[in-house]
Formats: sequence, structure tokens, C-alpha cells
Amino acid sequence: MRVALFVTCVNDAVYPATGVATVKLLERLGVEVDFPAGQTCCGQPQFNTGYRHETEVLVRRMGRVFEGYDHIVTPSGSCAAMVRDAYPRMARRAAAEGRDAGLGAIATSLAPRVYELTEFLVDVLGVTDVGAYFPHTVTYHPSCHGLRLLGLGDRPRRLLQAVEGLDLRELPGAEECCGFGGTFAVKNPDVSTAMGADKVRDAAATGAEVLCGADNSCLMHLGGILHRQDAPMRALHIAEILLSTKAEPHV
Amino acid sequence: MSGTFVGMPAFPKAARDAVRDETLRGNLRHATHTIRDKRATAVAELADWQELREAGRRIKDHTLRHLDRYLVQLEESVTAAGGIVHWAADADEANRIVGELVKATGESEVVKVKSMATQEIGLNEALAAEGIHAYETDLAELIVQLGDDRPSHILVPAIHRNRGEIRDIFREKMASWGRPAPDGLTEEPADLAEAARLHLREKFLRAKVAISGANFMVAETGTLVVFESEGNGRMCLTLPETLISVVGIEKVVPTWQDLEVFLQTLPRSSTAERMNPYTSMWTGTTDGDGPRTFHLVLLDNGRTDALADDIGRQALRCIRCSACLNVCPVYERAGGHAYGSVYPGPIGAILTPQLRGTTSEIDASLPYASSLCGACYEVCPVAIDIPEVLVHLREKVAEQGGPGHRLEKAAMKAASWVMDHPAVMAAGERAALRTRALHPKRPPGAGAWTESRDLPELPEEPFRDWWRKNRT
Ligand code: SF4
Repeated sequence: MRVALFVTCVNDAVYPATGVATVKLLERLGVEVDFPAGQTCCGQPQFNTGYRHETEVLVRRMGRVFEGYDHIVTPSGSCAAMVRDAYPRMARRAAAEGRDAGLGAIATSLAPRVYELTEFLVDVLGVTDVGAYFPHTVTYHPSCHGLRLLGLGDRPRRLLQAVEGLDLRELPGAEECCGFGGTFAVKNPDVSTAMGADKVRDAAATGAEVLCGADNSCLMHLGGILHRQDAPMRALHIAEILLSTKAEPHV
Repeated sequence: MSGTFVGMPAFPKAARDAVRDETLRGNLRHATHTIRDKRATAVAELADWQELREAGRRIKDHTLRHLDRYLVQLEESVTAAGGIVHWAADADEANRIVGELVKATGESEVVKVKSMATQEIGLNEALAAEGIHAYETDLAELIVQLGDDRPSHILVPAIHRNRGEIRDIFREKMASWGRPAPDGLTEEPADLAEAARLHLREKFLRAKVAISGANFMVAETGTLVVFESEGNGRMCLTLPETLISVVGIEKVVPTWQDLEVFLQTLPRSSTAERMNPYTSMWTGTTDGDGPRTFHLVLLDNGRTDALADDIGRQALRCIRCSACLNVCPVYERAGGHAYGSVYPGPIGAILTPQLRGTTSEIDASLPYASSLCGACYEVCPVAIDIPEVLVHLREKVAEQGGPGHRLEKAAMKAASWVMDHPAVMAAGERAALRTRALHPKRPPGAGAWTESRDLPELPEEPFRDWWRKNRT
């Protein structure tokens, strides 16, 4: 099987290790990965800040870049949700304004083909045990968009539970937002940090060494708080845990 | 009572102070978590919750689509039942109408049933200016009024107060409003409730005029409906001679049968009760039973503007259950006052800027007072897609180009341009990464981020370069 990787702008520039882990993990599972070079950003920051028209050029780019792939896999729940949930909304809105802007066809074509990584592993490849080894205590934060817009459910947790050596601790209040929220983190820094600090406190209370998630934007916010607090816990993307094996411990 | 929100700072600043108030955060956290857990249990008992939610959404949407027709029908039904209908375009007009109606009775004191609409228009303050005392009879409203405070929650306006604070307010303030607090008042809930009961009883027995809002108005029968938990509202609705109800025009539903849906969804969403403790319904006037004169003031005050917005109008479906406040992580930290409006939390963030417009700093900041986590949409019993409306209102605020937004728009445009030119983006990334050793830990301009969080260390190379070297 051949899939296109949509690495996302944040992963490309700040968390390339997550992209690398996604590629290597998929390859280990027998999937051929392509990286369409023309890709940049799904437009989520622009869209959520109220710049719908500025987002449209990026939607059209996404449509062009990922044409012809049956599966587009991304290690980011919120970016997958952007394509699946917001693109059709944008298309409907443009249509209501009497414009097509090419959005309708793109949304219809892209939405069913985009998969968040854990969703792809469980639903398309049908695996929960990816052969990983990670001898650490881990707690999982299900980011809001993965949880509510994509309905990832317990897929990430099933994948983590199948990792050898991994001790998964339930995160109390897991479904509560960590306070990142894109520009929210900058426009309302005090509330954002208060939310993040509570999340970090709840995560630490589980005794976990690693705070795991499927969205590096949330992890950047939580990791930034952990770092500032000099906390022993670290934030880590699920792809990097799933890549790790006995022979090749990734992290 | 000085309880208005005029001159409040914009949300981020108001929230900053609230976030640092440990007592407030503790009170809010305890209260919202208790009620949200109970709500979840009460809702889970109904196998057809999603269908009820959808039915509520449809009834409200249908009514809003034909609002003109149902309002005219309502006016006819109320008039036929012996009521008198008044139309108020804005707060001033509504306040003037109510003031004149009260003065015509010759009274200078009125008792009030808890009502968001009268708070929205600042009725108590307007009446006070005319020499009329308005006494709140809902326990939480009473606490807010005695404390010279502002409401901070739709359903529990004094949610930000704990028992000790309430006891102090009762001890210090009750005497100047009527019957004083009993000697040795403790902070036991039963004692506090008894103190309020004695204080309020005097008011009920003396009042000749009552003012209420309504949760619903039934167009076909002209019936008004109030849901409440304490029974104080029912006293106001039955004992006085004159009843004046001030109700937003969006509260109408077509038929009596439509209430069946909301009788199930409202109590479970708001107080986590299976059935509402006191549901009062009245239709015009009846000889020898209840008020002899009934006035209905139908309030617009920005509602038709909201109705004209095809995305924003869903906010008018709101039945004020407050479930969205109780699950909102932002409300939980910032508290209700930070929203600068009688409608706080997620619904306030979308309703207030629609009713008041987005020209003031506080109103322009409200659509951004959310992390778009979606918890509010998930619990809303009439399925208002609050995140969708928030983003839509952000678009409007950004378009209007207030402070900061011109720059932001330019930046977003530039970002979109760069991202539509991958080679430029890749070059930019590389330049940033090559100089990463030189990057200060807290770069200028990143203040809002780095005041409380560190930025991640930048990697040696972007992903696209790794790919080019290793996979092509
Ligand atoms: S928006 Fe929905 S959840 Fe919030 S108060 Fe209104 S009806 Fe309740």
C-alpha cells in the first residue's frame, strides 16, 4: 500500500522527529510512504483566527498536492479534523455566498481520504500491536479535536496498551482541553497557561514519566509548561513511542 | 445596586485577574465539576437524548425561521386571554415601558423572578433611577443583589461565592434591605436558606407588583412558562396584583406540545434534575386567581440583528440551561465576570457580541475567549455549534479591523502566501534553523507565549530536508 504523508507545518518546522517516526513506523508495517513536496499547511491557524479567505488558497493547495492518493496520513489530530470537518464547512459557506472557489470538489475528495495516524493504523491497517517496545510509564492526553471532531475514541490507548513494557496510566479529566487552542494560547495567555498547568498537574499525579499525545501543537504548549517547571515528565508524540523497539530504542 | 458591566476591560485582561484569584478559582472549579458530573449522569439516563436534542434544535430553528408569524400569533393569544402586549426595540424602550407600568400602579416596590432578560437591559438600575425598588427573590440573585455584586453564571449567579462569603453578606446587608439576618447565622446551607426565606417572605406578602421573564412562550395559547427550583418565582407569579413579564422575542415556541421536549432537556441540562421542581405556566388573567393585570413586554434588543446572520442566529436557540458554562474550561478559570456581560461562558461569547455588536473592546474580545475545544457544543441541548459561531464572529471582528487586527490580517495574508509557496517556506525554515543557536530563549514578540511557557528547542533540520536526504 502506498500513502501520502501530510506532515503538517508544525511538525515540519519544529517536530521533524515525529514526521520521521511516522515514516519509519509506516514502512515497518509494510506501507510505502510518499511525501508530496508541495505541501505546507492545512490552514487551521488562519481559519480558526477568522481568516477564511486567506485559508482558501491553502485548501486549494492541499487539493492539488494530495490528488491521486487513496490515503493521506497525518500525525496530527487537529489537522486531520481541519480537512475533514472544516473544509466541507468552508465549501458550504462559499456555496451559500454564491461562490464555488473550487472548494466543494476538494472538500468532497479530501475529507474521506485523510487519516490521523492512529486511525489509519487501527482502521485501515487493522493493527493495534505495532511491535513496539517502550519500557516507561505513560499517560495519554486525547486532544480535543482528535476526541470530539475525529472521534478517535480509544484507538490511541489501544495502540499504547499493546506496546511491550509500557505502563499506561489513566489521565484524570482526560477529555478536558489543555488550553492550547491555536491563537488562543497567545491571545489569552493567562487562561491558556492555567489550563495547561492543571493538565500537567493531573498528568504528573499519575506518576507517568511521559505525557503522550497525537497532536504536537498541544504537546508544544504542555511541554513548554513542563520545561518551565523543570518537571521530570516529558511530552512525546505517540508516533515516536510506537516507533521504538528493543533493537532500536527510538527515544 | 452597581451591578453593571459598563467599563469592563477586555476579556484577556479581566480573565488575568480572575485566574490569579485562588478562592474564586476554587469556588468555580468545585461548583462546575459537581454540576457537570451530575448532568452527565442525568443525561445518560435517557436513551433518546440525541433525538430530544435534535427535536429541540428543530423546534427552535423552525420558530426562528417564522418568527414574525409566531410573534403575531402570540400577541393575539395573549390579548385574547386578557393580557396586554408591548413591543420594545431596545433596552431603553423596555425599561421605560416597565417603569411607566409600575408607576401607573402607584407602587414603589416590586418583587422579581430571576430573569436574564431584565438583567440584560439593566432593569433594576433603570427602575432605581425612577425611585422604584426591585427586590430579587431567587436565592442566588438575592446574594448578588445584597452583595452589590454582578451575576457570574446564568443559573447560579452567585456561583463565585462560597458559603462563608454568603453568610457574611447576609449578616452585613440584609438589614438595610428588609428583615435582618437572624442572630448567630452560621454558614450551614439550611441556616442560610432559612435566613433568605424569612427575609423574602416579607417581600412576597407585601408586593403588589411582580416582574418576571419567561423560559418559553406558547404562540397558540399565549401561555408563558417559568422553570425554577425554589418556588420563590411561583410566589411572585401568583401573589401580586400586577405581573409584568419581560421576554426576549426568541423565547416563543409554536405549540403547547413543543414544551414536551424542553420539559425533558432543560432540567437535566441545567440542574441535572429529571423533572423541574417548579414549572409555572400562566395564560393571561383569570378572575379571582393570580394577578389581575398581566403585561408582556416583548424584547428585541439586538435579536433581529442576530437573526439576520445565517450562522450566528443559532445562538437564539439557546434555552439558557447553562450546561455550556459548566463544562467550559475557560469559564472555569476566568469566571463569569470576565465576560463583561450577563451572559458569560461559551453562550455569552457568541450571544453578547451579536446582541451588542463588536465595536467595544470587550465585545470584540469575546469571540476569542475560547480554545475551540468543543465541549460546549457536545453538551448543548439544542445543539448550538458554538465553535462554529465563534470562528464566524472572529471573521467579522477581523474584517472590521479593530486594534491589532490590521497587523494580524497582514501577517495571516503573508503566512498564507508563504505557505502557498513551498520553496519560500522551506528557505525560511532553513534560515531559522541554521541560526537556531543564536535564538534567545525568550525571543522578543513571543511574550504572550514565553511569560509562562518555554518554546521548544528547534531541530537541526526541518522534516522536508530529512526526507530529501534520506528518502529521495
Ligand atoms: S448555549 Fe446551549 S448549553 Fe449553553 S446555555 Fe444555551 S442551551 Fe444551554
